[in-house]
Amino acid sequence: MKLQTILWKELLLRKSRMVSGLLAITLGIAVIVGIQSVTAVSERAVQIKLDNLGSNILVLPQAASVDDYYTADIDAPTFPEDYVERVATSMLPGVDNLSPKLTRRVKIAGVSVILTGILPANELASKPIWQSAGLAGEELALACGTDPDVRKGPSYADEKLQRKAVDSLAPAEVLVGSVAAERLGLAEGGVVRIEGREFQAARVLPTTGTIDDDRIYAHLHVVQDLLGTGRQVSAIEIMGCCSAISDGLLGKLRNILPDTRITTIGQIVGTQIETNRLMARISIVLLVLIAMIGSISIGNYMWANVEERKREIGTFLALGAGRGNVYRLFFAKAAVLGLVGGLGGYILGTASAMVLGPELAGLAVQPVPIHFVWSLLVAVAIALAGGLYPTFRATRLDPASILQEL
Amino acid sequence: MYLLENVTKTYSGRRGSVHALCDVSLRISEGSCVAITGPSGSGKTTLLLTLGGLIRPSSGRILFHDEDLSRLSDRELARYRNRKIGFVLQTFNLIPYLSALENVMVPMLFDGRKNGDIDPRARALIERVGLRDRADHLPRELSVGQQQRVAIARALANDPEVILADEPTGNLDPALAAEVLGFLRTLCEKDGRTVILVTHSPEAAAIGTRRLRLLDGACREDSSHNDPTTG
Ligand SMILES: Nc1ncnc2c1ncn2[C@@H]1O[C@H](COP(=O)(O)OP(=O)(O)OP(=O)(O)O)[C@@H](O)[C@H]1O
Ligand SMILES: [Mg+2]
Repeated sequence: MKLQTILWKELLLRKSRMVSGLLAITLGIAVIVGIQSVTAVSERAVQIKLDNLGSNILVLPQAASVDDYYTADIDAPTFPEDYVERVATSMLPGVDNLSPKLTRRVKIAGVSVILTGILPANELASKPIWQSAGLAGEELALACGTDPDVRKGPSYADEKLQRKAVDSLAPAEVLVGSVAAERLGLAEGGVVRIEGREFQAARVLPTTGTIDDDRIYAHLHVVQDLLGTGRQVSAIEIMGCCSAISDGLLGKLRNILPDTRITTIGQIVGTQIETNRLMARISIVLLVLIAMIGSISIGNYMWANVEERKREIGTFLALGAGRGNVYRLFFAKAAVLGLVGGLGGYILGTASAMVLGPELAGLAVQPVPIHFVWSLLVAVAIALAGGLYPTFRATRLDPASILQEL
Repeated sequence: MYLLENVTKTYSGRRGSVHALCDVSLRISEGSCVAITGPSGSGKTTLLLTLGGLIRPSSGRILFHDEDLSRLSDRELARYRNRKIGFVLQTFNLIPYLSALENVMVPMLFDGRKNGDIDPRARALIERVGLRDRADHLPRELSVGQQQRVAIARALANDPEVILADEPTGNLDPALAAEVLGFLRTLCEKDGRTVILVTHSPEAAAIGTRRLRLLDGACREDSSHNDPTTG
């Protein structure tokens, strides 16, 4: 037998009271773990949506509007291509990829198309769908549960954003949007003359139903030469990690590129990000409430426990326990209660998130191991806080009075 | 062994202060069996707890083997209770969720003894009080007499020099009381421990080789062998 045996046996003796003392803390931790688990999945879903979307931050010249970018007027303002370098060398966390673009409306054989200069390698890296339309689907299926449409994966990707793989773009090659190809009567392998230079249509892109169908993509530097703009671009598309965006990535980018307009192409995911943020805020409020209620209920239980064990404490003192022994006995008990509450809360919270997540949010929830550690830490902290005063009282009991009361 | 010099204990509470011990001076020699009697509220329990290091006197000194108990720190006092004193209380005070055997082990645990030593010693003590088949029973599964025997075994756990018993037979019928008194007498006569016993009953007081009588916190030798509650 060890001193801990006393602790265990006492706990087991009064199980039911212990359980009721633990109820608040267990349920509280369960609620937070539940919310956090769903939020984690939801954030992951946002991440995947953003990946499908390709870039989600748009850097435009100060004077330009987002419309300018899409309509690509002749005199639409531009800014130096060096800005790409500036962002790249700033090593901002959350910036995944940069793709500079130069866009101009040009006439080819009397037909108006949008000539877009891209840097192929960059462009590709920032739009995973271009590389493999189905790539994101698998992960998405992992994150998104019950909706069978969602489960199909690839179909989840916005149809408008589906693009075919493009490996490289030689200086004399162009990629032609479907509408532009139709209007120009251009087929894959055909030759088109733009601003006096001949290009081969390396590929006709599938229809997206967006302005992109009107575009002809050529190498950025070729387009710059062709239009005589010098090393200028009309936009930089940036792939920003969504948590970094909510952490103020835009502001940091604005510091680096003060004379530009920086916006997000975030409407699709905006509401979900908002919800996640709201959940995070609710979690904090709940955490504070739970910390208080949990502490009070544990404190209450511990207080009653000290009261009913007064005689026992007196006996321990008579048998040669020091105040240190009493202190350890009760403080350790509070810690054990915290551990039990944290463990119970984690299991309950994770289980309910896994059951309710798909029902309520359409998201398949996985257990988050780090939540386990947090549950234990938070619950133990709450329990210790609640146990503090009762423990202190236990060590201050006057053995004379307790033993007299018998 | 014990030398008390002008020991006074005053309980001060909200409803005024109570002088539980007034200027008690006393010498108790090693190996003696002392019976303390006195009317209710005369300070017997207070005196016993003071001797046992659970109460610090308000004034005066208690020397134990020439060591002043009031100079000991809380920790040293706990160690003194643990190693030198065995308490036997009227209500037994067994720990309800520990078996008889485990109850006997408790003082050894507070002494920081190793598991290996504890078990055989606790078993030997349980056997000594005749409860070998009851070692793993919880207190509530034991008869009152058996519970008091466990309490005695527990008091002996760390082989203390002094046994302090507060009305150890108060809750027992005469037969059981006689049995417990027999134990206490053996502890004194055979083991050579000092036994200090507070009691109301003449039978219990009779085992004392020396009798003290408390009256309103003051102590005097009691040479009469008459009924100690009136005489
Ligand atoms: N913790 C305490 N606070 C205040 N007064 C106390 C306390 N303990 C005892 N007293 C008072 O001190 C006096 C002596 O009490 P004590 O318990 O020592 O008497 P006793 O001789 O053991 O009595 P009994 O025979 O009834 O057990 C009593 O008047 C009692 O009311
Ligand atoms: Mg008493």
